Amino acid sequence: MTTRAVLILGARSDMAMAMAHRFAKAGHPIQLAARNASTLEAERTDLALRYNVEVTLHEFDVLETAQFEPFIDGLPTLPHIAVSAVGTMGEQSDNESDLAAATRDLRSNFEGPALMLGALANRFAARGAGTLVGISSVAGERGRATNYVYGSAKAGFTAFLSGLRNRLAKEGVHVITVLPGFVATKMTEDLDLPEKLTAQPDEVAEAVHRAVTVGKNVIYVRRIWQLVMLSIRNIPEGVFKKLKI
Amino acid sequence: MKLAGWGRYPTHDVQLRAPRDEAALQTLVAETGAIARGNGRAYGDSALSETNTIHMRHFNRMISFDDKTGVLVAESAVLAGDIIAAFLPHGWFLPVTPGTKFVTLGGMIAADVHGKNHHIDGSFGAFVDWIDVMEPDGTITRCSARRNKALFEWTVGCMGLSGVILRAAVRLRPVESGWIRQQMIPTGDLNETIDTFEAHGDATYSVAWIDCLSKGTQQGRSLVMLGEHAALDDLPRPRRKRPFETKTKRKLSVPFSPPAFFMNGLSVRAFNSLYYWKGTRSAGDSLVDWDSYFYPLDAILNWNRIYGRRGFAQFQCVLPLEASRAGMTALLSAISDAGVGSFLAVLKRMGPQQSRFSFPMEGYTLALDFPVNARTLKLMDRLDAITLDHAGRFYLAKDARMSAETLRKSDPRIEAFLKMRHDKNRAETFASAQSQRLAL
Repeated sequence: MTTRAVLILGARSDMAMAMAHRFAKAGHPIQLAARNASTLEAERTDLALRYNVEVTLHEFDVLETAQFEPFIDGLPTLPHIAVSAVGTMGEQSDNESDLAAATRDLRSNFEGPALMLGALANRFAARGAGTLVGISSVAGERGRATNYVYGSAKAGFTAFLSGLRNRLAKEGVHVITVLPGFVATKMTEDLDLPEKLTAQPDEVAEAVHRAVTVGKNVIYVRRIWQLVMLSIRNIPEGVFKKLKI
Repeated sequence: MKLAGWGRYPTHDVQLRAPRDEAALQTLVAETGAIARGNGRAYGDSALSETNTIHMRHFNRMISFDDKTGVLVAESAVLAGDIIAAFLPHGWFLPVTPGTKFVTLGGMIAADVHGKNHHIDGSFGAFVDWIDVMEPDGTITRCSARRNKALFEWTVGCMGLSGVILRAAVRLRPVESGWIRQQMIPTGDLNETIDTFEAHGDATYSVAWIDCLSKGTQQGRSLVMLGEHAALDDLPRPRRKRPFETKTKRKLSVPFSPPAFFMNGLSVRAFNSLYYWKGTRSAGDSLVDWDSYFYPLDAILNWNRIYGRRGFAQFQCVLPLEASRAGMTALLSAISDAGVGSFLAVLKRMGPQQSRFSFPMEGYTLALDFPVNARTLKLMDRLDAITLDHAGRFYLAKDARMSAETLRKSDPRIEAFLKMRHDKNRAETFASAQSQRLAL
């Protein structure tokens, strides 16, 4: 049992719920933040019954940046661990033609999560302790025709996390970047993903929990992604631009 | 996608979908030919439908728990192991449990599972207060022994063929510790084994591992294992402060399927002799943690791979009390004559039970598994015939290969069951590969 609360931002997703379960299992009180938070009441009850921990629901919209500071003030306690599992993946074709759609993807994958973790970082730094976890994406490692709007937002988020980690390293605050690769979630339910490259949400949660416990910096969930991304990053641009991947 | 049950036989090419809410589930049920699937622990084809297998994994939330009465309300895909993990630390255990904790609540109701306490407590259904069932037209009906009694009775033990189990209320059992006082009694032959069961009818838990390959005067030699939930006073002093804490063991795993010849008569015979010999040496009383006592096989992940790529089939029958000695002798003779034994043969005394379609009845049940091949399939047909000769019946949660004719001969309740199926469009709406094979 521990009294160190874990804040999960974007709590509705499969990955976020899996992380909530994993941290609750370890005895942490859980703060679930999402839009229409009251609709997570069944999940709240389930977590509280299973793990006998306090679970609270908090209204949170990643696009409402002006509300971030009041949101943090409204939490029952300043969490020790905060995980951003926020993200949207719009259709790339919409993102190419519709400015509003592209803006939404850019803001909800980069601006919102980055500013929110940045705001929490200041509070954590003032306290001198805490861990921030950002779920970014391998899609941010190199822009591809099929999802570069989403990918570039994640690239920005990854760079932000790296900078934040660098800044806070001496202040007792740790920052973890998670690049999960494919994960079998609602977001990817209709895609035909290769089994060996696709992690289950529970695996991501386990990896994140371990990363927090041992203080890792950047993690891929399935190791094979390290190799995959190493190759993808090293394809010369002249070749890469002609590929269909 | 290719999918099988726990025995990895038979395999079907199925359409598998996992609805996230009741509306999505209703849409799938409306497509007909549907069967709900929990955690895939039924051995055969009970939870496979080629056109419409519905994975219930998103319905896995606990809803409420009353710490005065021990009544847990939960969605159907909650696992037995999750229930133990959540409530054993507060002094509650499953009222009835099968031999694995990786089964879902819905699966335990649909198969009306029994445990080592069947002779005293009956099957799982006896502890279910109510069930929410999605019927063929998509409506959700709460049923219990008082309200919508017929639907309740046709849901417990009816293999998901009356509707989809969504939620249920189940009464947990209060316990003082996470430990079991085990008494191990080696027996020399079948008669002695049965006498031992009859002499210990008041033990809360009883089960026997039976050496199914020994012949002659040693036929039916067993290790009878009795168990009681340990009270606080039964624990050594240092454990009394934390009576629910038991060490979590490291899990072993079978990483791949060994070739089928690994499981031949010789290796099984050697294992059985060794196991029996070891058991006789550790006869007597001991304290065993709940996990090792109830779920020894769960400690070996993917143990179902041990039988090779072709998979294995379980055979489980129950014989009425008066036919048990003769019937079990005939079954064991057929098995040892065929020389294809089973590592895990289990014999158990069952208590009386009245139900619409559940497996248990008063008498003795024998469960064995065999690697699937022409010889063992033939042997199992022979075991079917012996069971029929002794007025016994078969456990559908284990079955993967029985014929529709055998089932009809074994169970006079089938006519009423079929009538239920033809009511309300159920037969069209809910069907599994098993229900089709058995013409249910």
